[in-house]
Amino acid sequence: MKIRTWLSLSSIALLLSLSSLAKAEWGVNMTEGVTEISQSIYDLHMLIFWICVAIGVVVFGVMFYVMFKHRKSKGAVAAQFDESVTLEWLWTVIPTIILIAMAVPATKTLVEMYDASDAQVDIKITGYQWKWQYDYLGEDVSFFSNLSTSRDAVYNKEEKGENYLLEVDKEVVIPTGQKVRFLITSNDVIHAWWVPEFAVKKDAIPGYVNESWVNVPVGQEGIYRGQCAELCGVDHGFMPIVVRAVSQADYATWLDEQRAEKEAAALAALGDYSFDELMTTGAEVYAGRCAACHGQNGEGMGSMFPPMVGSDIVLNDVEKHIDILINGVAGSAMQSFAEQLTDVEIAAVITYERNAWGNDTGDIVTPRDIIDARQ
Amino acid sequence: MTTTTAAHDDHGHHGPAKGIMRWVLTTNHKDIGTMYLWFSFIMLLTGGVMALIIRAELFQPGMQLIEPEFFNQMTTMHGLIMVFGAIMPAFVGLANWMVPMMVGAPDMALPRMNNLSFWILPFAFGMLLLTLFSEAGAPNFGWTFYAPLSTTYAPSSVTYFIFGVHLMGISSIMGAINIVATILNMRAPGMTYMKMPLFVWTWFITAYLLIAVMPVLAGVVTMMLMDIHFGTSFFNAAGGGDPVLFQHLFWFFGHPEVYIMILPAFGIVSHIIPTFSRKPLFGYSSMVYATASIAFLSFIVWAHHMFTVGLPLVTELFFMYATMVIAIPTGVKVFNWVSTMFQGSLTFETPMLFAIAFVILFTIGGFSGLMLAIAPADFQYHDTYFVVAHFHYVLVPGALFAIIAGVYFWLPKWCGNYYDEFLGKLHFWLSFIGVNITFFPMHFIGLAGMPRRIPDYALQFADFNAVASVGAFIFGFSQLLFLYIVIKTIRSGKQATPEVWEGADGLEWTLPSPAPYHSFSEPPQVK
Amino acid sequence: MSSKPNVAKSAIKHLFVALAMFGFGFALVPLYDVFCEITGLNGKVTGTVEKVDYTVDTSRTVTVQLLASKNAEMPWRFMALQEQIDLHPGEWKQIGFWASNTTASDMVSQAVPSITPARAAEYVQKTECFCFQQQPLAAGESKQMNMVFTISPELPEDIQTVSMVYTLFDATEFADPEKVAKLN
Repeated sequence: MKIRTWLSLSSIALLLSLSSLAKAEWGVNMTEGVTEISQSIYDLHMLIFWICVAIGVVVFGVMFYVMFKHRKSKGAVAAQFDESVTLEWLWTVIPTIILIAMAVPATKTLVEMYDASDAQVDIKITGYQWKWQYDYLGEDVSFFSNLSTSRDAVYNKEEKGENYLLEVDKEVVIPTGQKVRFLITSNDVIHAWWVPEFAVKKDAIPGYVNESWVNVPVGQEGIYRGQCAELCGVDHGFMPIVVRAVSQADYATWLDEQRAEKEAAALAALGDYSFDELMTTGAEVYAGRCAACHGQNGEGMGSMFPPMVGSDIVLNDVEKHIDILINGVAGSAMQSFAEQLTDVEIAAVITYERNAWGNDTGDIVTPRDIIDARQ
Repeated sequence: MTTTTAAHDDHGHHGPAKGIMRWVLTTNHKDIGTMYLWFSFIMLLTGGVMALIIRAELFQPGMQLIEPEFFNQMTTMHGLIMVFGAIMPAFVGLANWMVPMMVGAPDMALPRMNNLSFWILPFAFGMLLLTLFSEAGAPNFGWTFYAPLSTTYAPSSVTYFIFGVHLMGISSIMGAINIVATILNMRAPGMTYMKMPLFVWTWFITAYLLIAVMPVLAGVVTMMLMDIHFGTSFFNAAGGGDPVLFQHLFWFFGHPEVYIMILPAFGIVSHIIPTFSRKPLFGYSSMVYATASIAFLSFIVWAHHMFTVGLPLVTELFFMYATMVIAIPTGVKVFNWVSTMFQGSLTFETPMLFAIAFVILFTIGGFSGLMLAIAPADFQYHDTYFVVAHFHYVLVPGALFAIIAGVYFWLPKWCGNYYDEFLGKLHFWLSFIGVNITFFPMHFIGLAGMPRRIPDYALQFADFNAVASVGAFIFGFSQLLFLYIVIKTIRSGKQATPEVWEGADGLEWTLPSPAPYHSFSEPPQVK
Repeated sequence: MSSKPNVAKSAIKHLFVALAMFGFGFALVPLYDVFCEITGLNGKVTGTVEKVDYTVDTSRTVTVQLLASKNAEMPWRFMALQEQIDLHPGEWKQIGFWASNTTASDMVSQAVPSITPARAAEYVQKTECFCFQQQPLAAGESKQMNMVFTISPELPEDIQTVSMVYTLFDATEFADPEKVAKLN
């Protein structure tokens, strides 16, 4: 059977070409990553891969030899042996030795991965449905990181960019040449924080904290992208991770900027805002944070996500509206935005919701109202 | 399928009743086996349609056809239906047909329970499928239904899902008890344990796995039910529970479950390869011991599904080593099959083609399994398409190919006609090519970093996803050819001899083709 | 060979095995807790302990990070009063968290502790912890919640930092109704 020959040869060729393709930008193999750990995992992966290929070549080689030589149509007469103690011992002992040879480097790498001691930077990572929160311990820096790809790109209404689904509104920044420890937990369901180039993947579990670490070598500054790796609900595919590794000096500058920004935001909340300013900011916040569930035009979605248009709370009850944004709604998908948005942003989005899409209440909610409500 | 059997049946007075009530009330192992097989085929197509919806959505980046919420329902239902509705009932169907004939019994030991264990299934899956049309939608938390996504955050249909799983579990346990009781008590005189055919042996061990772990699954879903409705907190940290406990319990069931879906396949292949090699099976006793040790090991490897949950180092190492050990008995089996073929007199009828493809492709799935066992590397593989590729290689060209091989192998015995060899081979090549085009690229996209269970993906994964989707449609539609071949064989075809295959060996081949309605009314003597 | 009584006997025997395994599934719940205590899996520490007077190991200092976390359904404000303290192994310390029920209804919370590295969990000894009981707060009420602990001097030398995370869950539905009533 000619087809069979061709198929078997081409599938073997496919297997063999795997490693050469790995070098090309074809995305067929595991990344070597940028850290020592990711490199040793890659080496381990390739070692096992080649062992499997070697075993495969021997076993499948014998099979194909048999299929060509010992076929009835070629006049083969069946032998009647049905055991061989020597052979059976051999193929129990040889795999055992191979397995031990694989277990040794695997154990070594695993022990290294588990050693998170002596970290210089600690970052607490909290998974949320469907975003990540980063807290820099002892630095007073904390923020959320959301997918920044637009819904229109997802629904094919606009061109998809190079980093489609792997881009966020605010990257997590880490210094190179320092051991950064991640304390990973979750706010709701189980997520998993994964950056392939660091070979860091850890489940984020509510009520638990897991640790993992990375040490990006100096000279490897750059952007590293990853995704949530554990099914966590409807937008599981839409909560990427973007890490920017920068030099230690840049990292210090960045931390200062973050603290300055926070102060500026607090000050900004005390300022005065016109209706138009609030509406513009509100429209942006709504599109980025609310539209996914409540609809592009406030129309809501299914029975889970109520519409904004014509809603009693939006039209009449300002206090309740503010309360929902700040405290969330228990037992529903609506979470608290108190820590995710600034006072200005909360005020703006409420003002926007009360005046967009024909709601036209004329209500203006100012940042000061939010500060009061937070008390 | 057995309507023809009935027509050919020369023991008219022992024959089946007429009409629909024959199927509702039957206690005959062949009728029940037939119903199991048709049921599992319907489920295969149902789950297959869901798979094609998934692949169609993943053909290109961006959301085109369905919404993420429905995508999650599809992945969940596809997994549940294929595991519990297609693969497991198909094996039970084959056991129903073949075990009594292989051990020289007239029927199963507990015929009325047999009827009940089948008839539970349509209700269980009917209920599960109906949730698709409910307002809350079908279960959407993956077939592994990790808490708290499946408890605190679940759609209301989770309750129906729980009852469905209970019913499936009861059906499986009853089926397993029946098989154990048959094998223990109904063997022909002279058939000692070490003379039992391998399909009987592998099912014997599988049945014990089922009896051991299906109740644990029932326990897990009962705990979920209590958490959701009765205010307990087994898995809810707020009340002192623990979501990680869920995963331990689930995989304590889940890993033996994996072997439940593959051990009978080992048995089938261990019949087909010797038959078409015209040579006795190499290393019969080592096959039995290997199966038993795989079954034993399956109980102490569960946490290799949980390498990233943050287990302590020692635990992680233990489960890594234990998992690697499984490669040894599995390797023994593969080597035995190859040695059986060695110096045989080989022909390549459709069952043999599927069996050889099984050995090769299952071994590839075994290789990726070994890679996944290496805990440090698993941190990169875990929850990516590499895992999807791995378990589809062991379940589709593994379990499913073995089931199809078994159907082709035994079909002439069941209905007395040979299937169309040309069409059978065509079906094989379409399936073989389709399956590899579908699942081989998944290794690549997984290694390149695509997480599983996502409805949309980054642009660098686009090419291989498109390839996989094309393969899925080829594979999916070729199974309609299988349906056509089976129906054609039942209706007509060359009359089969009692022996059916030149190299056939075993009690089942001493019965006429088609096999009489009651298998062995007089127990045969085994030398 | 086959006989009816034997068939019935094996069926019943295996049915009991199945029932026993159902029970075993439930028995795994307490077994898991024992397993966690032995291995320190995910850093659970259970129950109060008697205060032990250790010889304080002044030769080294361990940094203890105290982190407050909240579950999704928990609207309270919750924070650690000190984010980080240093102690010598064997030295007893009291630390505090501050919780504030910002909602308009009385609620009961349960803090779930977790320690990392997990290896350190078995060396952490607490005589008092707000996580040992449910903590009720009336609407608008705030309070300081304390924990008294030490880290045993047997702590392996290579562990220099221990992180203790407390996640606050809304436990109102699991609370003793009398306790909630007492709030008013």
